[in-house]
Order: sequence, then C-alpha cells, then structure tokens
Amino acid sequence: MLEALLEYEYMRYALFAGLLASVACGIVGTYVAVKKMTFISGGISHASFGGIGLGFYIGISPVLGALIFALLSALGMGLATRMAKLPEDAAIGMMWVVGMALGILFIDLTPGYAPDLSSYLFGNILLVPFSDLVTALILDVVIILVVVLLYKEFLAVSFDEEFGTAVGVPTGVLYFVLLCLIALTVVVLVRVVGIILIIALLTMPPAMARQFTFDLRKMMFLSVLFGAVFTVGGLWLSYEYDVASGATIILFGGALFLVTMGARKLLARWHRMRRAGLPDVPASST
Amino acid sequence: MVYDEVVRLEDVWVQTGRTPILEAIDLSVKGNDFLGIIGPNGGGKTTLLKVVLGLIAPTRGKVSVMREPPEKGRKHIGYVPQHNLFDRDFPISVWEVVLMGRYGRTGLFKRHGDVDKVKAGDALAMVGMLEKRDRQIGKLSGGEQQRVLIARALAGEPRLLLLDEPTASVDPAVQTQFYELLERLKKRMAIVLVSHDLSAISIYVDKVACLNRQLYYHGSKEIGPEVLEATYKCPVQMIAHGAVPHRVLKEH
Repeated sequence: MLEALLEYEYMRYALFAGLLASVACGIVGTYVAVKKMTFISGGISHASFGGIGLGFYIGISPVLGALIFALLSALGMGLATRMAKLPEDAAIGMMWVVGMALGILFIDLTPGYAPDLSSYLFGNILLVPFSDLVTALILDVVIILVVVLLYKEFLAVSFDEEFGTAVGVPTGVLYFVLLCLIALTVVVLVRVVGIILIIALLTMPPAMARQFTFDLRKMMFLSVLFGAVFTVGGLWLSYEYDVASGATIILFGGALFLVTMGARKLLARWHRMRRAGLPDVPASST
Repeated sequence: MVYDEVVRLEDVWVQTGRTPILEAIDLSVKGNDFLGIIGPNGGGKTTLLKVVLGLIAPTRGKVSVMREPPEKGRKHIGYVPQHNLFDRDFPISVWEVVLMGRYGRTGLFKRHGDVDKVKAGDALAMVGMLEKRDRQIGKLSGGEQQRVLIARALAGEPRLLLLDEPTASVDPAVQTQFYELLERLKKRMAIVLVSHDLSAISIYVDKVACLNRQLYYHGSKEIGPEVLEATYKCPVQMIAHGAVPHRVLKEH
C-alpha cells in the first residue's frame, strides 16, 4: 500500500479521509456510547439520506444536502424526544424512515442516473474528492472546539442531566448541541463508510476504548486511535483484496473488537488462576 | 446574611393529565430545620423535591427558594438524588463527580479554578472519601457512592441539603454512619430527607411530615397513628422517640 500511497493521489485522499473520520467518530462516538444515544445517531445518519437525494435533485453537493438534513433531523428528533408525547423510539424511528424515503423519492425524480449513489450508502473511501476532505477538516475543527469549550457541561449532561440542571447547567440546549455534533460527524463519516454503516464507526471504537480506561478524556483519545486503526487497516485490506472499503473497515474493526475482548477475558482468567493459590486477595480494580 | 426561611411552598399542585400527584402542598423549611418526609412509593416524594429544585413546574401554587423562584434560588440547594439511578459503568472518577457540584459557580465554558478544587476537596474530606478521589464511581460500594453524591451536593456550599431516598440499598451499619454525618451537617445547613422507609426517619430528624399526594405536616416528630394511617392507607408500625429510641408496634 505504501507505494500506492506515494503514487496515487486518491490513496492519499483516502488516508486523510479515514484519519479525519476517526477524529470525529472517536470524540463524538464516546458521548454516543456513554449517553446511550446509538439509536438516535442511527436515526440522524439515515435521515440525512434525504439531503443526499435533495443534493442530486437540485444539483448541489450531496454532502451539503446531507449536512442540512442531518442538522434538521437532529433538531427534529431532539424536539420530538423532549417535547412530544410520542415515545422516544417511535419518534426516532419515524424520522429515520421518512428521511430515507425522501432521499429515494428525490433520486427517483432526478433525471438520469445518480452515478455515485452507492458510495453514499455504503461508503467508498477511494472516491473521496478534495472538497469533501476540506469539509471534513472544518467539521472536525468545529467538533474539537465545541468539546474543548463545553467539556465539563457535556460531562454533566451525559452523567446526570437532572443534577446538571439543578446546578444551573443549560442541559436542554446542550443536549441539542450534542445532537448537532452527531449530525456533523455523520457528514464527516458518510463518504468513508456510508450512511448504513455510520453507526458502526460511531459505536465500535468507543466500545473498544472502554475496555481499557474509565477516564472520559482517555476514552476519546483511544477511540480516535482505534478509529484510525480501523479505517487505515480497512483501507489497506480493501485495496489489497479489491473489496468494498466501507464494509471492510467495519468488519476489520469488528474483528479487532472481538480479539481485544477475548484477550482481556483470557488475561483476567490468567490473573485469577495465578491468584487462586494465594490466601484471600481482594478483587483488584481494573 | 441569614435567611430564616430557605424554602416556601404555598398551595402547590402538580398534575399529569388529570391525575393529581401533589395536592395543596404548604411547606416551610427554616434555615436550621432537619425535616424528614415519609410516604409510600408513588406518593409524590420525588416530585416534591423536583418542584423545590425547579425541575418540575407546579400546575398551581407558588414555590420560592431563598425568597427567589426555584430556578434562581436552587444554587443554594445541594441535591442528592437516589444513588442507584446512574450508570455504574460511566467513565468518571469520584473527583470529577464532586466537581460537578461546583458547575453552577464555575460558569459556562470555564475551567474549574482553585476555589472549586479546594471546595471539592473539603466536601470529600467531610464525608471521609478524599483518599478515594481517583476511583471510578461505579467501583465503590453503595454507601460510598452515596457519600460521594453528598460531597457533590456539599461542594456547591448549599444552605439546604435535599436527599432523595438516601438509605435505599445501603446496609444498616452504613446507615448509622450516614445519620452521624447528617448530624454534623445539620449544624451548618437545613436538611430535608424523603424516604418510604419509616425506620429511616431516625432519632436524628427533628421534624416529620407525611406525604401521600397531600402533606401532613406537624412541626414535630411525634406522629399519631391516625396520620400515618391516612398517609399509608393501612395500619403501620409505629415509632416513638423518647429518652431511649424504641419502636412500638400497633396491634393490627
């Protein structure tokens, strides 16, 4: 892959796209994991398909369309889950499918053929244009800035929203800000793994990071690192074996996750066996 | 400046749809009160606390905290929610949890300053948990978690401590320790404690009120069997307090 990296511009773009994606998914995915927002994230990412369709239909960049739809659906789902009398999962489920249906309709109405449609659905890291890299870089910077500024507030919103409100943190507004960060992340990830697989990249790196730390900051750094390993490793595998990059990244990440989990289990058992002969040692904290 | 009244509720009603949860609640908590509120589960105890904190707006009636609306006055309240409600696996240390009690004073966008750290350290020392400040909160025992949540409330330098079911899932030996801690704290602030557990309203509480939609408030901790039965809708075990604390079981 190294020669290819030096030789082909698209390989360098792919590498940058993967690294930029891992920054967004590592940071925001950590909040998704600890606040248990996987379903709403899935809703936002799928609903953004409506914007991709709109982009094709009115002839603007599908990524811009996705950005608008992701932000709107984030706000809509936030409002629905907070204000409406609907059960939260029903509200999310409805917007999820309405967004997708709009996307299908717009593409149907668009004359001709939408050539790189499948790259939005399933991702194609090798097809990322330079303009999307710039978008991803800007969104990453926005995400990092917001999280640095509001780190302690997001901690309150995630850990104990009610107590946060009681001490004067504007938790309602911050919840919406967090949903908007998820929307931005969706846009950064869409070209890399595609709408359908975005939830995987939001959830797997933090789930893996959680096995190694109980510090939220370290969890974010580790998630970014694991995300980078997933995307770069997946990119390499998909290049070597000429298979779909989005799916390869996810499957490679899933395999690594299982391996680390199994290794930790075995390690724990080995520690227990070593201790078994010793008199009554209190359980260590790991 | 010392306010003689920290919380005042006048004719407060809370309804969801057509179901009343709280009816015509009048309550006054003075700056040195130690009030225990008992009542059955679903009797509105947690709702009452949330009304005081401004988390639930009453359908009718007036709430004031330190003579201000609860949204403004609640910075003087240290809230201790039920400790078994949070996610045990959450990646957060004891220290970070306690600092959360300072958020209202640190302010948005800002990092914690030296004052915040000193107050958080004092609060942890007060509950005897300073040496466990770097542990993950979920790794502590139930009693230790509860003490950390009390420290979090204390870190905000409250005038009133509000405790929701503090003795739930804490074993009896730890409960004694817990009441000794409250005994020390009550010299410095008002305390309101709600519980469904009659035995939790121990010798340390100065006043008792019973809550089951309506509040039966007496201003002293001798409650007659009629009141308890009106609250619980069934005969209950009586507790009497004398020179020696003891329990009297009413025949039923």
